[in-house]
Amino acid sequence: MIGLTAEPLALEPLIAAVRDDAHGAIVTFLGVTRATSNGDARPVAALDYEAYPAMAQAELEAIADEARARFGPLRIAMLHRTGRVALGEASVAIAVGTPHRAAAFAACAFAIDALKARVEIWKNECYADGARAWAPNAEAAP
Amino acid sequence: MEVRVLAFARLRELCGFGERRVVCPSGATLEDLWRELARESVEFAALRPSTRFARNGALASGTTVLADGDEVAFLPPVGGG
Repeated sequence: MIGLTAEPLALEPLIAAVRDDAHGAIVTFLGVTRATSNGDARPVAALDYEAYPAMAQAELEAIADEARARFGPLRIAMLHRTGRVALGEASVAIAVGTPHRAAAFAACAFAIDALKARVEIWKNECYADGARAWAPNAEAAP
Repeated sequence: MEVRVLAFARLRELCGFGERRVVCPSGATLEDLWRELARESVEFAALRPSTRFARNGALASGTTVLADGDEVAFLPPVGGG
């Protein structure tokens, strides 16, 4: 279960997707819409996410492959929202299952860090006063 | 030859299209195509240092020579998560 979705995110389907009798640990991450952006006092009402679906899908799968190579054996699920995400809703969900917990924590942190740096998704912040602004990640290349 | 150009986020807003077919001369590079479109907007042109190019779904340098039917994308710094 790796990709983009326009539907609200829930962790249960991702947890089910990575469940494995050989694994003793499942670590999950939810990225949730925050009321204010870094260095900007204006209250945020919602986020609008835009993606280049073909490249975003390939990059998410490449990150999953790298996580397996670095921290495996593991199972990983990653979903990212597109379109309007209201305040307090999840924009990204990740679940990682491994035999022991240390690898699951490490792989989950790696996956969200890599996603924020590399995946072809863009965030338009919609403020309560009606203004909007594109908000690139600090870790984005170049 | 003709290529399909995709622009995203801030670049999409500045160039006024998300997707457009563009006719370019044989031998044109990604950088040539960018310069041609950047003539229409100073603000768009100013974003070149933060823009990455992709050709047919893979990141590509400005010196990449285009082929008829290519899908070109202009990618601003990402903001997922």
